Amino acid sequence: MRIHIQNGRIIDPSQGLNTIGDILIEDGKIKEVRETISPHPPLDKRGRRGGDSPDTRIIDARDMIVIPGLVDMHVHLREPGFEHKETIKTGTMAAVKGGFTTVCCMPNTFPVNDNASVTEFIKRKASQEGYCAVLPIGAITKGQKGEELAEIGTMRKEGCVAFSDDGQPVMNSLIMRRALEYSKAFNVPVISHSEDLSLSEGGVMNEGLLSVTLGLRGSPAEAEQIMIFRDIVLAELTGGKLHIAHVSTKGSVDVIRNAKKRGVHVTAETCPHYFSITEDAVKGYDTNAKVNPPLRTAQDVEAIKDGLRDGTIDVIATDHAPHHRDEKLREFDMAPSGISGLETAFSLSMRLVGSHILTFSQLIEKMALNPARILQIDKGTLGVGSDADVVIIDEKKEYTVESQKFISKGKNTPFNGWGLRGMPVITIYKGKVYEW
Amino acid sequence: MLNNKDLLGIKELSVQEINLILDTAAGFKDVLGRDIKKVPALRGKTTVNLFFEPSTRTRTSFELAAKRLSTDVINFSVPTSSVVKGESLIDTALTVQALGADFIIIRHASSGVPHLLAKNLNASVINAGDGTNEHPTQALLDAFTIQEKKRKIAGLEIAIVGDIMHSRVAKSNIYCLTALGARVRLIGPPTLIPENLKAMGVSLFHNMEDGLRGVDVLIMLRIQMERQGKGFFPSTDEYSKNWGLTPERLCLAKEDVIVMHPGPMNRGIEIVSEIADGPRSVILEQVTNGIAVRMSVMYLLSGVKR
Repeated sequence: MRIHIQNGRIIDPSQGLNTIGDILIEDGKIKEVRETISPHPPLDKRGRRGGDSPDTRIIDARDMIVIPGLVDMHVHLREPGFEHKETIKTGTMAAVKGGFTTVCCMPNTFPVNDNASVTEFIKRKASQEGYCAVLPIGAITKGQKGEELAEIGTMRKEGCVAFSDDGQPVMNSLIMRRALEYSKAFNVPVISHSEDLSLSEGGVMNEGLLSVTLGLRGSPAEAEQIMIFRDIVLAELTGGKLHIAHVSTKGSVDVIRNAKKRGVHVTAETCPHYFSITEDAVKGYDTNAKVNPPLRTAQDVEAIKDGLRDGTIDVIATDHAPHHRDEKLREFDMAPSGISGLETAFSLSMRLVGSHILTFSQLIEKMALNPARILQIDKGTLGVGSDADVVIIDEKKEYTVESQKFISKGKNTPFNGWGLRGMPVITIYKGKVYEW
Repeated sequence: MLNNKDLLGIKELSVQEINLILDTAAGFKDVLGRDIKKVPALRGKTTVNLFFEPSTRTRTSFELAAKRLSTDVINFSVPTSSVVKGESLIDTALTVQALGADFIIIRHASSGVPHLLAKNLNASVINAGDGTNEHPTQALLDAFTIQEKKRKIAGLEIAIVGDIMHSRVAKSNIYCLTALGARVRLIGPPTLIPENLKAMGVSLFHNMEDGLRGVDVLIMLRIQMERQGKGFFPSTDEYSKNWGLTPERLCLAKEDVIVMHPGPMNRGIEIVSEIADGPRSVILEQVTNGIAVRMSVMYLLSGVKR
């Protein structure tokens, strides 16, 4: 089976490519990427262009942007254990809809992905039912309890691409030190959910005037910043590879920027909600705006954008955290944290291009190339010989977010009703074509 | 006329609405002074007291207010309800509504619960205290009491003393009294008075003596025993020594100062008995006025067009 994508604007930062051209896919791999020789080659006798054989599927991508499939290094697929929130099947379907062809799922399932048999289960389930690549992230510690290292080496062999106790910080500095040290043997990054639990105790939103006036327990920006600083210092001490998850505050951006200047081996991600909305979304006790770390202030949003612009923040991930309707329809402080993000992430991030914070190419770096590089996976590129993970974007397409129509089981989004522009219209995963 | 079917907080009210509630309450206070203390205004309506936190005075006050207006009253008591069987809040509320409630008086330990119910129910939801957010009828009855005693609120120096951070009474009072033109100061340890409250147009004092000078009205807050050992202050004894109201300290306030307390009091901790039972105290009048103010709120909400 061959696919011939014609006349699209191909943007692939892995090759420094930004050109009108064609892509040829064969047997699930990128066969050829070339500039269009003639934008309107003559039709042959069968009405086909460029001598394509009859079994070639031709996709006309004129006025479209053709990019490598996006890589989301931070999602929660909820399986095993919380299938009422999401499954590997529905989560990957939502991913493909959102332009992602690779997702990395966090280990806070039930049971926790802290051993190779859970990793194996996820990989097998994904190969049977998944719509895109699923790369598990293993737990740093057994049961994500922060006490004893999990079998990082064994899970690595089974397919885990990184390690994190996401949702729970590793509060014990010695354990975090050991994790950063030990993981060096397997050359994998440790992903830090940075939150000093003693400082954020019981916090359900950002601490500030708004938390006081809403009567909600606040978690100060410093609870995030302090832990990022600690983990950076430990990365410096050990030489381990540290990746900071979901950066949300100005102080955090400053700390990471300084560390990078010193040459510390640290990378960082943020999520669309941290550069798109502020804590104001919590007003009226909207549990769909409850997320951890919490939504911050306008000043923080600007700092996150600065961090994306100057490269302090390497990656845009979704932290896709689907929850069941009943779980969110309750007391604000009892509702679980999280935003269902896979189906809005790309359009929300496109706004950064519209406001000249990133070029389109830089956006693809943050959403495909950089996460692939951090995880050392052969994804996020249209290089010849790579998996044919390709997304075609209609950058002019305007639409209104309707959470009830999400493919994800999680309809929990603070962006319902937003008018957005630019969306994936075709996602190709290893040569399989999904279109909307 | 009130603009919304619910009373969620003072934040959500305009100054006109606050004044309307206070003016209407004056009429109901007259009713309470009569031999027959009941009016048929809301006959045939049903009030449900839905209290998820223990409360005696607020629940009784609402119950009496509802009965004085001739509504039928049901006390939905949580320990005997299906909540202990794991029913969700929203299901409990929908059940209560299906029973035919016109008014749902809600108290809950989580901030924002009245807002959640208001969004999902047709009944009028009245906030009787939600988490550390608001306790609007307490602020309204406090304002009513101050107005009754001082004949005005605008321009008065009013001090609120104690655990401001965790007090829904303090929050509602700050909104209400500043809206009505009073100058509000907050007194207490820095751990219990968030610095950013200044943005609400109040001044902060950490020294009790400094804060008391020249005040017209003193609102003492209950120090919740469960705050002890959480690092907000080392002991109730030390708290009392620094921020407790004593006769010596009261002398720093204006001569005609009135002393208020939402109750229940910790005698000997935030307030000594000589003051609580003394001539400057209006604490029991607050209780009486509470019924009139709550009647006013229910009466006015019943007239809101849906």
